[in-house]
Order: sequence, then structure tokens, then C-alpha cells
Amino acid sequence: MTSAVDDDLPNPPPGEERPLAVHLDGIVKRFPGVVANRDVNLAVRPGTIHAIVGENGAGKSTLMKILYGMQKPDEGTIEIDGEPVSFSSPKQAIRRGIGMVHQHFMLADNLTVLENIILGHEPSFLFHINRRAARSRIVELGRQFGMPVDPDALVETLGVGDRQRVEILKVLYRGARILILDEPTAVLVPQEVDELFGNLRELKEEGISILFISHKLDEVLTVADDITVIRAGTTVATRRPHEVTAHQLAELMVGSDLPTPETRESTVTDTVELSIRNLTCERPGARPILDDVSIDIHRGEIVGIAGVEGNGQSELIAAVMGMLGVDAGSIHLAGRDITALGTRGRRRAGIGYVPEDRHRHGLLLDAPLWENAVLGHQTEAPNVDGIWIDRAGARTRTDEIVRRFDVRTPNIDVTAGALSGGNQQKLIIGRELLAAPTTIIAAHPTRGVDVGAQAAIWDQLRDARSAGLATLLISADLEELIGLSDRLLVIFEGRIVADLQPAATTPEELGSYMTGARSDRTPTSAGGTA
Amino acid sequence: MRSKTFTLQLAAPVLAIAVALAVSALILLQAGYSPLDVLDVIIHQGFKRERIVETFNRASPYYISAVAVAIGFKMNLFNIGVEGQYKVAALVAAWAGAMVHLPAAIHVPFILLAAMLTGAAWATIPGILKATRGVSEVISSIMLNSIAFGFSSYMLTRHFRAPRGEYAGTVGTVALDDSGRLPSLNGLLETVGIHLPGSIRMQSYVVVALLVGIAYYLLLWRTRFGFDLRATGSNAEAARASGVDPKRMIVQAMIVSGAIAGLVGLNNVMGDAGRYTDVSVIRGLGFTGIAVALLGRNHPVGIAFAALLWAFMDALQTPLSSNELPKQITAILQGVTVMSVVVAYEITRRVGLRRDAAALRRQQPPPPTEPPSSDPNPELVPA
Amino acid sequence: MSLIDALQEPVTSGPAPADTAKPLLPRWALWLLYLVGGVLLLSFVRETTGAGQLTSANTFRSALQLAMPIALAGLGGLWAERVGVVNIGLEGMMVLGTWFGAYGAIAYGPWQGVLLGVIGGAVGGLIHAVATVTFGVDHIISGVAINLLAVGVTDFLTTTTGSWGNATKESPPIGGNVPRLDLLPFLKDPLRDLAGQNRFFLSDLARMVLGLTSNISSLIVIAFGLFGLTAYVLWRTRLGLRLRSVGEDPDAADSLGVKVLSLKYLALTMSGALAGFGGVMLVYLFSEKFQSGQTNGRGYIGLAAMIFGNWRPGGLIAGAGLFGFMDAMQSQVDKTSHALLVAAAILFVVLGIVALARRRWVPGVLLLVIAGLAWYWYDTTDKLPPEFIPYFPHVTTLLVLVLASQRLRMPAADGKIWRRSG
Repeated sequence: MTSAVDDDLPNPPPGEERPLAVHLDGIVKRFPGVVANRDVNLAVRPGTIHAIVGENGAGKSTLMKILYGMQKPDEGTIEIDGEPVSFSSPKQAIRRGIGMVHQHFMLADNLTVLENIILGHEPSFLFHINRRAARSRIVELGRQFGMPVDPDALVETLGVGDRQRVEILKVLYRGARILILDEPTAVLVPQEVDELFGNLRELKEEGISILFISHKLDEVLTVADDITVIRAGTTVATRRPHEVTAHQLAELMVGSDLPTPETRESTVTDTVELSIRNLTCERPGARPILDDVSIDIHRGEIVGIAGVEGNGQSELIAAVMGMLGVDAGSIHLAGRDITALGTRGRRRAGIGYVPEDRHRHGLLLDAPLWENAVLGHQTEAPNVDGIWIDRAGARTRTDEIVRRFDVRTPNIDVTAGALSGGNQQKLIIGRELLAAPTTIIAAHPTRGVDVGAQAAIWDQLRDARSAGLATLLISADLEELIGLSDRLLVIFEGRIVADLQPAATTPEELGSYMTGARSDRTPTSAGGTA
Repeated sequence: MRSKTFTLQLAAPVLAIAVALAVSALILLQAGYSPLDVLDVIIHQGFKRERIVETFNRASPYYISAVAVAIGFKMNLFNIGVEGQYKVAALVAAWAGAMVHLPAAIHVPFILLAAMLTGAAWATIPGILKATRGVSEVISSIMLNSIAFGFSSYMLTRHFRAPRGEYAGTVGTVALDDSGRLPSLNGLLETVGIHLPGSIRMQSYVVVALLVGIAYYLLLWRTRFGFDLRATGSNAEAARASGVDPKRMIVQAMIVSGAIAGLVGLNNVMGDAGRYTDVSVIRGLGFTGIAVALLGRNHPVGIAFAALLWAFMDALQTPLSSNELPKQITAILQGVTVMSVVVAYEITRRVGLRRDAAALRRQQPPPPTEPPSSDPNPELVPA
Repeated sequence: MSLIDALQEPVTSGPAPADTAKPLLPRWALWLLYLVGGVLLLSFVRETTGAGQLTSANTFRSALQLAMPIALAGLGGLWAERVGVVNIGLEGMMVLGTWFGAYGAIAYGPWQGVLLGVIGGAVGGLIHAVATVTFGVDHIISGVAINLLAVGVTDFLTTTTGSWGNATKESPPIGGNVPRLDLLPFLKDPLRDLAGQNRFFLSDLARMVLGLTSNISSLIVIAFGLFGLTAYVLWRTRLGLRLRSVGEDPDAADSLGVKVLSLKYLALTMSGALAGFGGVMLVYLFSEKFQSGQTNGRGYIGLAAMIFGNWRPGGLIAGAGLFGFMDAMQSQVDKTSHALLVAAAILFVVLGIVALARRRWVPGVLLLVIAGLAWYWYDTTDKLPPEFIPYFPHVTTLLVLVLASQRLRMPAADGKIWRRSG
């Protein structure tokens, strides 16, 4: 662990004593029940590209929100160009020259590039918009920073790379001198990434300082001048690219210890229960969301998938559950091709589902518990008798769920929304497991769940595995993944890039795969090799 | 929703009615009338026998219309086409019913069925247009309402001129045999000790409304289809994850809603009038149904109370005007009620949410991990 | 607004495939072309069927008068939907316009009536704004409530307005009216000459111009102005850009400091005012008194015209004009409305061929079949059943929606309740 950031940075070359573009010192930010940032120190030299790397949940987003004025820190100071500042709103940050380029673009599709750029900042004579002035300024900016765009094009006709340029021009138009880019290469194909980096270098030449949030270490090493690693809400280290390798960075990101899985008898059989073959999901104008994904899950096996959020996990789940159309590939359950089946058909065939967002996909918050226990199983016994809902049967089943899965509730008539997160999740797990599926897709099964419930859920999953259940486990919690999985796959940019043994992997290895520094697979489509 | 929030649920309609009364009182004062006079009429004349019977008779079609609309509402769908659906359905049912001569036990269900099928068919048009061509179902339904009106006018003047018999010269479908008509309930009421003079008749259409209400309850709260429907309305994404096919669901819901809507206009056709004429089917019931469904919160019993209330206000028009008070005040009462109901629901919903959030905070121990950084969790970001 | 939208593929994001066809001509030129084409079609039909009234100046003037209230309602709808609010309550706001317009005219004078009618409509718009923007009420429900309320309030006020005597369903006549104008006075005589000469197409064109510009109410002239003003404000000014951004992507607008809520209020008030003005027009140009129910669904047809016009003023006028023309057929002799079938047949044949050329087989064949049916209907009858004619606008609306819907784009955030997030 490191102490103050300044100790790590070499002294600036003589004569270059300009104030730091951005200096964060001792930033702390708390939310009810959680500390998002603590002891954060960041020093961005002017006219440089400064990368911030870290996993999901490490605190990067909150930090950027603080810098951008959407949140106020509880403790610590912020200095821009050497002057202390305090922002109460994004508008103030913008006025101070900070421009945020969001990961999810904030562009109106039906408006032109010009209209999107000038919105809220229109050059005008009284009320009439001076389009000519706006157009010439945009063309000028495009030329100056090497990012030409057609001001009259409708944004919806633009590809992802061009849209990003529009977003960047949007902040430059407002006079930003400090740019914050949030995961800018998330949806770009390799050529577009190169173009972006070229643009960033040109911006740098013009004196713009850039903060660059990413989890892709090889990219970061290519383009950044300084790299700061954040883990568990705090800045752990700052390095120059030439003095560190991707593997070392990965280790810093993930931490030096991984949980050790307990030794146990393997329950994995030879029978393949769920077979996902060559699943591909295209996306127009960008990298495919899922790229030739193949996974075989055996009875009595838990296959875990690790990966930074946004690399295709959600889409994979949706595709397996029949909620997302695929362009190629097939899914087989116990040898039977179920690719043509809809969601209900797949569920009836024996696939259970624990969604990652229980409020959105797993529960009817206004309905009583026993109706929630029916959800997803409203076509089979004991919940159903012909066309009628069998209330008695459903209630009996719900009682059983509550009893066996320790759902803390006064009765089964309270609304699901009244339960705590942990109990809601236990209800869902119980509902799925008691329906005796052959396969379960479990996405982040213990997210937002208290420690006691988490342990209980893990036990239930292990017991089910011993009984022969095939499980696909997706999680961002490494402890969970390593502790439960028999095999550990890593997903990156829509591809499965590794197949590891949980007991044998190191943080460095895992982190490298998760961040693209290492891969056992090359991309098969659009854009050539990684 | 259980007992703790029941009072909150009841608060909204009660609040709305209170606001409506207050606003109407103000308007009356402004126009130079005394609200107390109106109150007087309500209390002393509103509950006379003839008014009560009139209330029940008027309430039946309101109830059925509201149920049709409520089925849509329960799925977040807006069946604004009820108006046209019942008009066409009544026409077709009257015509079909007059063509056949069957014993009463079959004749009555036959007519009802004809109405339901026609209503369902008329309702699927906007549904299919929406699903296949992306046409706004609100506009297409409204257009179809007008077209239904035009169609029935056309049919009446062209094809349904009674050549002879008791209705010679008038415009309407051939009269239904007695076997197709619904008798009055007076006889039944006698047996339970309620005596009504011959001039005041309680239509047995009230029974049809009752049956519709029971069917509504059973369908939505006791069948698989109803479960899917309510789930889709409550949380469309969770319903999808649970296996519901959204497009199929929408078409099916519209069909059911349209079928019920078809029954709305039959009370006079199968009652006193015995046929479909320009005046035997009341206009405007589609929009009344929307208001009543909102007031009754789509609940089978709630809608019943709301329908009775609405009909009661309508029935007030007679005594009001005979006492030289403006009867249009009832329309204002009704309009303001609808508006304040929806606003009141929003307010009570927000209060309820705040209460739930507070309760959750007290219950839940703090989670050990930070929420995923890419997803701004609104619960954890201080407002 | 609709459940289907909510249920479609929620999982992934990414840019939609682009519609890369760029129009060959500027929009206004395109509409002018359509207009000229329409006159050409009508004069051809007139020649071949002998239905002389089809292109008379009176027909056009009548069509203009009937179209304008619809067009204004549609314009009101446009202002609302451009900020993302669906305004089903246009009908009610129009009703408020009719009543307050009549009241103002009777109590004070014609121009005061216009002002009061506009204000009446604006108040309706304001109520819709409070309900949908501040209280987050569903747009459709609020609109329906306003329609109910407007009818109830105006009926009530009719009976309780002392100066109106024993009125129950209509007001006394409004007395005065606003002056009528000639838009192109210097062209009036030469046009009349040309019109009388009975030359193919040119005379018809002259008659159309005459009908649209001579002896028209000042209200119509103002309405023309309002359309131009709307086009200018929404597409050329700061306010307009911000308004449109609210309807397209309120989150993006908010992130750039645009006052989303205030703009919604502004646009909705304007929406109500325009619908109210449409109501005033109904009173001043037709009945010259308030009549309960005189709006007769025009608010909804206005919305349909707006959709037809792809949420732009130019297309909106064209749609309203089409409906107004249909409406004008009611008072025509049988031959005229009958001749419309021929016009329809020819039009559908053209559209069908275009569709087939674009490889859209099903719509193409469908259009040709409908064209055949229209011709057959013409051939086998002498006239159209009069009961149908009042519903021409509605059937036309439906046909237009069905055939044109796929190419339309409504403002992206239309119908969504917006709350500040994150």
C-alpha cells in the first residue's frame, strides 16, 4: 500500500512548475450504509492524459461525479489549476472548464450534430440562433483538434465513434480545458480506439488535460501519461506507464489476496446439461455484444463467469433465457435444441433464473409473497390447476420456501417490497430451487445482500449442486466466484477469454484476463485482432 | 396491499370527492346559487325509491364499461375504444337476436355472446394495427369510435327501417322476441319484501353487471391468464422474465376488454326498447367507464361503488332541475372528481413510497459493498 | 405511452440502423409539389367525371374554413408533443375556446371574444401541465379528464350565465364578427378571369388560389401567421431548440442546463391557447354562437393531422387540408363526392406503384386492390351514401395512419413522465 501520491511521482522536470490541472486531496464520500470513497488523492499534471483504473464498485464513478459537480465530498479538498474550488452543480464545474463525456452518450438522436453541440449554449442575436457562427466554430474546433464532423448530420445516422466525437466537441465547445472520459472505449472497435487515442494526443498538444476512466489495462498503458489505481474506494497507487506492466496493475486492482476455496468432493458429472454453442449477437456499427460464446455446463457443476461489468454478461443471460434475439449459435438443454423456444418454454424445460436486478426482473413489489412465489412458475403445479391459480397449492409452496430458505417475514401475505434485500433474494432462490430445475442461471445472486443471507444462499447453491443441479454463476464478487465455482471462465468484450481452475488462479492472472491484458481467444469479427 | 396501506388507498378517492364537492360549491356560489340548496335536494330527494332504482339501472352499464376499461388499465393499456365497441356490438347483437327465435334460456345468452364477439373483434383492430404497423392505438381507437357511430347510422337508415308492425315507420332493428328480453326485477324483489310500483322498474341488467363483476374477479385474480395480465401491468420486465409473451398478452387483453365492452349498451335493447334504435343505446358510456374505473381503482368492488356514485350524481339531475337548480353541476362534480382522483392517487403514492423507503432503511442492515459504479442507485444517492 | 414500447428488447443499447435517405428537395418545395399534383389530379377527375364543383373556389374556401380549426388543434398538439407531452385534452381545450370565445363576443366584442377564447384554452393547457408535469399523472388520463371537465363546465356556465337567458345548450348569436380580408387583392381580378376560362388545370389552380386567399376571415390570416411563427420559433430560435430537445432527450437537455420543467409548462400553455383559438374559429366561422358539442371530435382529428404531418407544421397543414377537403364534401352535390372515388382510385394506383417500385410488396398490392375496389364502387353506384360522408375524415385518418405510420418519427421522449434522475 502506498501513502501520499506525491511520494510515488518523480519530481517534475525543472522549469515545468505549472500548477496541477486537478488536485484531489483526502477526498471522502459517504452514503447511507456505505463509504464510497475514502482517502482519495489524485494529481493530474496539466496537458497530460491521466488514467484511472479499477474494478466495478471500486469507487471510480462516484469520484468522477464529485469532480464533475454532481456530488459534494464529505471531506477533502479539490483544486483546479491550483485554486481551491467547491462545486454545487455541474454547471459550476462546466464554468470552471471541466467537461464530462459520459459513458452512455447524452445525445438527442433526432437533432443534428450542430443542435446537440450548441444546446443550452447557443450563439444568438436576441432569440434567433446564429447558425452560421455556430457552424463555423464547430468546423474550426473539429479542424483544430483533428475531429472533423458534419454539423448538419442527424445524430442517429452516426456510428459510435462519431457520436463520441460529438460528445467531446460538445464539451470543447463550452471551453473545457479538463476532460473526463468515462469508459470511452467500451463500445469501440479497435480502429476507432486508435482514432480516439490519436484525438486525445492532439488534445493534449493543445494543452487540454484528460482524465480517462477505464478497466482495459493494455489500452491505458498505450495512451496514458500517468495511471492511478483505485481499489475499494481509495487510491492505492500511481505509476508511469514505462515503469509498470499490465500484470502488476492487474494485481493492484484486484488486491493481493484471493479467497481460497475450500477443498471438497467434486460433484461434477460427465453429462452435459446446458450447452451454449457459438452464441453471437451483432450490434450495428460496433463490436458484437456476444462473440462466438460457447459454454458447456455439466450436471453437478457450477461454472462461474468473471468479468468487468459491461462486457456482455447481461446479454449472455438474456440470450440464454430467451429474452434477447441472437444472430448465430444455439442452446441445448439435455441434448435437446431449445433455441427456438421462448422464455416460458425454456423455463418449463427446466431452466431456473435468478436475475441480477431482483426489483426489475425478479419480483412484483406490490404483490404479496405468495404471488411472487408463483412468478416464473405460473404454468405448473403446485401453483396452477388447469386454468386456475391454485391458491392453496401456491401458499403451501410459499410456506415451504419461507421455512427452508429462512425468509424472515411475519407471514406470506406481506408485499414483497416490504422485505429486506436479503430476504427478497432468499425468496427468489427458494422459489427457483424448489421448482426442481435441471439448470439455474444465477446472476449476482448475493448482490446487496447481508452477510448472513449471503452465506445461507451459498449453502443452498452448494446443496443443489450436490443434488445434480447445473449452475451458471455470473458475479462481480470474486470471493463468491472462487468459493463456489468448479470452473471459472472470464468474459471480455463479449468473448470467453479464459477457462481457469479457481483453486489455481492468481489475482494477477485473473485480473489480466478480466482487463484484456491477456487472452486465450482472439476476436473473430469486425476489427481484426485485439 | 394490506391493511396498513388500506387507509392510504381509501384516502385518495375520499380526498378527491371532498375536493370535488368543495370546487362545485365554489362554482355554485359564484353563479349565485346556494350550495346548501343543492345539498338539501341531494339528501331529501336523492334517496327516494325512484331515484335509487334509477341509480342502479344507470349504474349497470357504467359498471360493465368500467370493467372493460379496467382490464386494460390492469395491463397499462388504454382501451379508449370502448365507446365504439359497444355501439357496434349492440347493433349486431340486436340484429342477430331478432333473426332467431329461440327459447329464453338460449336466446338471452345468444344475444350476449353475439355482443361480446363483436366487441372483441372491434377491439382487436387497434391492437393489430399497433402490433403490425405501429399505429397509435389511442388515435385509431378514437377514429374507430366515430366510424362505429357512422356505421350504425348508415345501417339504421339504410337497412333497418321497420316496414310494418308495431314500429312501422320508425328506424331500428326488428324487435326482439320476448324470449330475448330481460324481464324487470320487480318480481324478484317482491319475494324479498321490496315492493316497487309498476312505474318504477329495476332492470335485470343489474344481474348481468353483477355477473360481469364476478367474472372479472375470477378471471384476473384466480386464473393463470389473469396472473400474467396483472404481472405484466405491475412490472412488465419481470413478467417478461417470467415467461409472458408481451405481444400476445396485449392482443389477448384487448380481446377480453372488447368482449366485455360489447355488453355495455344492451340494457335498453334487451329491456324496454327491445330493439336497436338511435336512442335505445346511450352515448358516452365509454368515457364514463374510464372515469368510473379510475375512481374505483380497477377493483371489482371499488368500481361498483364508483359506478353507483356516478349514477347517483346523474340521477340527481331530475330533482335538481325540478327545483330550479342547475343540473349541469353534476357534470362538473363528475369532471372535477376524475381530475382530483388522479392527482390524489399520485400524492398518496408518493406518501406511500416515502413511508416504505423509511421502513426499509430501518429494517435493512447496511450492505457491505458499494453499489456498482455504473448504475447510479437512486436509493443510496441523497436527493 | 404504450405498453408495447416498454416491452421491446430492453436489454441492449446501441445506435439504430440509419435511415440514410436524404430528401432531394427542401421540405417546403416538396409540399408545394404535392399540392400542385393534387390540383392536377382533381382537375383531371373533374374533366372526366363532369363534377364541376370539385375544384370550385367555393369548395376550396369551404375546405380552408373547415380545415383551419383542425389545423390549429393539430398545431396545439404539435407544441405539446414537441416537449414530450401527449395532449388528448385538445378537444376539451377547444371546447373552452368555443365557450369563452362566444361569451367574450357577446359580452364585449368580437376581438375581445377571440382573446378570451384563447385564454380559456390556455387555462386548459395549464391544468394539463400541472397534472402531467408536476404531479406526474399519465398524459392520456389527464387529457380525458380535461375533456370531461371542459364539457361539464361549459354546459354549466351556459345555463347559469344570466345574460344568456334560458340557454341550456347554446348561446345567443354573437352579434358582430371579425372582418374578412383578401390576401392578394391585386390578383383578384386576373385570377377570376383565368378561373372563368375553363382551361384544364390552370383554371383549377386559379380557382384554388382564389378560394384560399379571397374573402377569408382575419382569423384565418392570423392562423396562417401562427403556423409560420411556430415554424420559425421551433426551428430557428434558442427557445425552440431547447423546447425540441426536451421532447427528444430530456436527460441530455437537463445535463446541459436546459430548464425542462419550465419549458414543458410554456409549451402546454401554448398548446391550449392554440386549441382555444381553433375553438374560437369554430364559433366565428360557422355557427356564430356557442353550441354544446360543436367541436365534434376535431381535437382528435387535429392530433391525427399532426401525426400525418410527422410532427412538423408543413405536413400538419397538408393533413388538415386533406381532412378539410373531405369535410367540405358534405355540403356538395352528390356528383362531387362521388367523383372523389375516382380521385382516390387514381391516387392509390400511383401510391401502389411507388410502393411496388420500392419493393414493399404487401403495401403495394394492398394499395392496388383498394384502388380497384374504389373504382368498382364508383362504377356500380350513382352516389355515395350520405351517411358515410361525415365520416370521410375519420376513415381517411385511419387509412393515412395505417399506410404511413412506418416512416414517421415522433419526438423520442413523447409520452414519458420525466423526473429528474441521478
